[in-house]
Amino acid sequence: MIIKGKIWKLKDNIDTDVIIPARYLNTSDPQELALHCLEDYDPEFMNKMEQGDIIVAGNNFGCGSSREHAPIALKAAGISCVIAKSFARIFFRNAINIGLPIFESEKVVEECVLGDRLEVNSVEGTIKNLTRGRVYKINPLPKFVQKIILAGGLMEYVKEELGLSSKD
Amino acid sequence: MGKTITEKILSAHTDTKNFKLGDIIKARVDFAFANDITAPIAIKYFKESGAKQVFDKKRIGLIPDHFTPNKDIKSAEQCKILQKFAQEYEIDHYFEIGRMGIEHTLLPEKGLVLPGEIVVGADSHTDTSGALGAFAIGVGSTDLAAVLALGEVWLRVPSTIKFIYTGKLNKWVGGKDLILYTISQIGVEGANYKVMEFSGEVIKNLSMDNRFTMCNMAIEAGAKTGIIEPDQITLTYLKGRNQRPYQVYQSDSDANYEKIVQIDVTKIEPQVAFPHLPENAKPVNEAKGIKIDQSIIGSCTNGRIEDLRIAAQILKNKKVHPRVRLIIIPATQDVYLQAVKEGLIEIFISSGAAVSTPTCGPCLGGYMGVLAKGEKAISTTNRNFVGRMGHPESEVYLANPAVAAASAIVGEIVNPEEVN
Repeated sequence: MIIKGKIWKLKDNIDTDVIIPARYLNTSDPQELALHCLEDYDPEFMNKMEQGDIIVAGNNFGCGSSREHAPIALKAAGISCVIAKSFARIFFRNAINIGLPIFESEKVVEECVLGDRLEVNSVEGTIKNLTRGRVYKINPLPKFVQKIILAGGLMEYVKEELGLSSKD
Repeated sequence: MGKTITEKILSAHTDTKNFKLGDIIKARVDFAFANDITAPIAIKYFKESGAKQVFDKKRIGLIPDHFTPNKDIKSAEQCKILQKFAQEYEIDHYFEIGRMGIEHTLLPEKGLVLPGEIVVGADSHTDTSGALGAFAIGVGSTDLAAVLALGEVWLRVPSTIKFIYTGKLNKWVGGKDLILYTISQIGVEGANYKVMEFSGEVIKNLSMDNRFTMCNMAIEAGAKTGIIEPDQITLTYLKGRNQRPYQVYQSDSDANYEKIVQIDVTKIEPQVAFPHLPENAKPVNEAKGIKIDQSIIGSCTNGRIEDLRIAAQILKNKKVHPRVRLIIIPATQDVYLQAVKEGLIEIFISSGAAVSTPTCGPCLGGYMGVLAKGEKAISTTNRNFVGRMGHPESEVYLANPAVAAASAIVGEIVNPEEVN
């Protein structure tokens, strides 16, 4: 998978309440959730961002509530992937499970600024900063997690376990 | 090398032999649950998977507690999904309004989550049940859907940080202050992916209600869960309550911990966590004089009977400040009824407080106490993120029930000692 896009740079501890405020959780419709993505961080975020943009953030991205609406809102808004120094554990699971690509890298985060263009190659395990001409190696995900991603998400894995997979 | 309580519980629930820290294992789940926000997505994915039945209809809880009693049409539609699913799949533990309570208080109270079990809830505060010596983890909706279908969960074997609390608790200091202080020491990411095991002479003498409060907020340090070894206090709490037999595990004296943190509680004052992170806890005296518009006493953190008793002790024969809205929310119907029997509700209403039926409501800015722009609240809830209780320019200060009650009387944040 190759992802290219320009970045938005966010700080440490971006919580899921900020990604999608609870006042909008009376629906689980992805498109409706996307309308309010990161609204409490920057009310104009959805007007400013473009399809395919990448979020680059500090430590503990996605902390707080377990709401899967957070990665759903980011994905439906058109965010192509999130790169952070670290992720809160429930957000990490949720993102993998719903197929929002996420990557951990301290260096990429430290050495890029708002508006830089990045190219992520998940097969090679590299992130290129196209604006600054730098290349970074990223750590591979645990094998079982890769298996879930290859299956096409956790529910595809469940179907395989239940013998209901269309791939069988 | 000995084992921690967490390692022993995981060993008893997996077919993987001799796993190491960091390994990914599949573990059998004893109880799984979701609420009106997380269940609709889980149910959708469960149905789309083609699964014909749930793993065990006696071991699933559906609890509409966040936006209930239904705050609007959309919330009502979400709750309907839970109700219909419970009927269709004959789920034993669906809790309708009037019998419902906040999930993390209700499930222990009903004896549905037990020591030695693996509990998976689609809500981050599932860690609350760790106070019973269960391994209780919060997950998202897709993970929960997979558990509903398979009765198992994948997880990375976590390391454990052991916290040993010693010394004598000061007046008005309880589980809430211990956990806020602890988070202030290690930070909101201080236990990311790890287990926080609470122990020591102070914990040994702490009531179940206070233990639940501590484990509840382990997630605010990023932890996978919080856990406390069961003892006589746990077993007494469970007597006549547990709906299944259970197994008690203890950590070995030579168990392997990533870190051991000693905390002398003698120096801990009632704590107030400033906006916008739970790690911003300071002694209450440093918050003195901050004017508040609202005080909330309730939630899965502090909506239990002991919390209400403390609030009543402060509020008896006192009046809420004319400028302040005090909203008190018993976490479950049983807590509410007990508070009625003890005369606490009369004290609350006489003081000028509003008392609500159980709901998560204002904790997440859902309803029943949403803040306007620029407003400040003192609250016994667990999060003070930007916009958590309403307008993005409102502020939440986290504290224990005594501080929240005392501050409601004075109209600004105070040490309960000044009111009592």
